[in-house]
Order: sequence, then structure tokens, then C-alpha cells
Amino acid sequence: MNNKVPNNRAWLLVLPMLVLVAFSAIIPLMTVVNYSVQDVLGPNARFFTGTEWFESMLNDSALQAAFLRQISFSLIILAIQIPLGIGIALIMPKRGWQASAVLILITLPLLIPWNVVGSIWQIFTRGDIGLMGWGLRELGVDYNITRNAGDAWVTIVLMDVWHWTPLVAMLCYSGLRSIPEAYYQAARIDRASKWAVFRYIQLPKLTNVLVIAVLLRFMHSFMIYAEPFVLTGGGPGSATTFLSQSLTTMAVGQQDLGPSAAFSLIYFLVILLVSWVFYTTIMHMQKDKHPHGGA
Amino acid sequence: MSWMVWTMPTAIFFSSIAAMLAGMTIWEILSPTIERKGFLPISTTRGDRLFIGLLSAAFIHLGVIGFTSLSIWIALAVSAIWLLVLMRWG
Repeated sequence: MNNKVPNNRAWLLVLPMLVLVAFSAIIPLMTVVNYSVQDVLGPNARFFTGTEWFESMLNDSALQAAFLRQISFSLIILAIQIPLGIGIALIMPKRGWQASAVLILITLPLLIPWNVVGSIWQIFTRGDIGLMGWGLRELGVDYNITRNAGDAWVTIVLMDVWHWTPLVAMLCYSGLRSIPEAYYQAARIDRASKWAVFRYIQLPKLTNVLVIAVLLRFMHSFMIYAEPFVLTGGGPGSATTFLSQSLTTMAVGQQDLGPSAAFSLIYFLVILLVSWVFYTTIMHMQKDKHPHGGA
Repeated sequence: MSWMVWTMPTAIFFSSIAAMLAGMTIWEILSPTIERKGFLPISTTRGDRLFIGLLSAAFIHLGVIGFTSLSIWIALAVSAIWLLVLMRWG
């Protein structure tokens, strides 16, 4: 029985924040909606276009290709980073100075700004001075990210794996550390194999952090911009042009405000949907865990 | 306000959203929502169902505009019916 009297007056304290958000987010978003239904050429020259921009954006084959590319990219990096992250977390030392040292080493890529990651890999993969590019060329591999779309893809995936697997590994590591020793003792008494311990103790206990890792990585990679932009500029051709970059080209490069507003809204809706699924899943899991606590 | 390049349709759109939020607030004060489980896989409150309804309405509209030659009013009608179904049985 809940005898608490709900008092919603505390919400008034949120008002200043609401005003701030109104000016920083809500009103600009409303402006975007206004632009998406008009062709604005200047302060006094604007024409109402209705849903025309949305129709042309949804049927734009370049954008559809970028969307598919974006989804495949996100799925590929998830398929690599999640198992790899779990694997790394499993072999990380559990205590002592080794544990701290490995943690620091593993976290380093996460501290590097995104543009810098792009630059590092850009230089790393150059055929003339880059270690990887030069090395592969000396080994006789015809590797060139500015000419070969496959090479560009492999490099971008590799870069993202290098940059973000540590996040998955750290989440899994913290999940593993929270498993009480008693579980392992019980497993040893049962003479459970390493695989059985992983399958029936560690993996189930990791479910929560894995959901967080999957959704964080999905959303991050879905909005990826700086790294591929610096590394390949979206090329060769448009082989590595992802959604954010298409949007920037349209809005900043070509100043097509109407179409890019429509496209931003579609992009925003997709991200909103994914974030909502993310939020709901996590809240749902917490509710299942504490059925009487209330989330 | 002309810098925001207002048009009548977007003004109506945002006013209806604002009206819905205000209406939901009044409804909540008059009879607070009880979280329950309908045909959706998760238990939801009234506000959750409104959000799900509006978000799916956005995608219904995008689908109709982008991939069919149907009128946008059909999308609006379908969304409205879906929203009502969701609010009642979701």
C-alpha cells in the first residue's frame, strides 16, 4: 500500500531549466519543422511546399544508400565489438597493480577526441609514411583507402573497433566484478567446465551491462561523423558516406535548408525511436529486478 | 516572430501538441494514471501510450508521404484511430 501523498509542486523548481531548454532546443527544433515545409530563399522570399521535401528525401536514392550503409556499419561493429569486448573483459587481470595498469591502457583510446582518432588513422594508413599502409604495401597487399571502397570500409570498422571496444570491455569488466565469489565456488564444487561457468554464470550476469553496451554503441555508431569524415571524407565516391555527413553536406555545403530540415527530422525520429527503445528496455529490466521497488 | 518563418500548418501542429500536453496534465490531476499492461509488451502509463502513439504517428505519416501516393489526411486518420486504440487498450 502506498500512503504517500503525491506533491507535484517540486516540478516548479524545474521551470528555469525548462526555459533554458526551450531556447536551446525546443524553439530551434520548431524552426527546423518550419523550414522543412517551406522553400526559404530569403527573409521575404519563402514558399510553402508542404510535404514535398519529405517525399523527395525519403525517395532520394543517395540518402537511402547512406541509410543502409549506416545500418550495416552499426551492425558490423556491434557483431565485432560485443564478443571482443566480452573476451577482453574475461582475460583482464582481476586484482593487483596489473588490473589497474590494464584498465588504464584499455581506456586510453576512449580519451582521444574523435577528430584526432580520424587523423591518427589517416596517417597510420597512408601508403608512403603510415605504418600500416606502408607495411601492407611492403607485404605486397594492394591497400589504398582513397581508391578501394573495401579497404576504406575495413579501415573504418577497424578504427571504430579500436576506439570503442574498450567501452564494451570496461562495462563487461565491471559486470564480471560484481559476480559474487560464491557462484564460482559452487561451480568449482560441481567441477563445471570453463565454458559452463561462462555460459551459465557469467553471461546471464552480464545481460544488463550488455544491453547498455549494445544500445550505447548502436546509437553512437548511428551518429558517427568526425572519424570517417577525417579518415576518408566519405569516399571513395560515396562508399563511406554516413547519414551525418550527408546531412552536413546538404545543410552547410549546399545551403539546402528545406530538404536538410526534412532530412534532419527523419534522422531525429529514427534516433528518437532507438533511444526510446533503449530507455524502455533498461527501465523494464530494472523493474523486473526490483518488482516491489518501483523504478 | 517572422525569423522563425512560421506557417499555419506548423503552428497548428505545435498548438495541438501543446493542447495535448495541457489536456494530459489536467486529466492527470483529475484522475491520476495507473500503470497497466494492455496489448503492448510492456506495462505503460497514459503518458507512455501517448508518446508511443505520437511516435508511431510520425512514422505512419513518413511511410504514407514517402512510399505511397495516398493523401496525407489518410495518414492523419489512421494515426488518430491508432492513437485512440493505443490509449484505450494499449
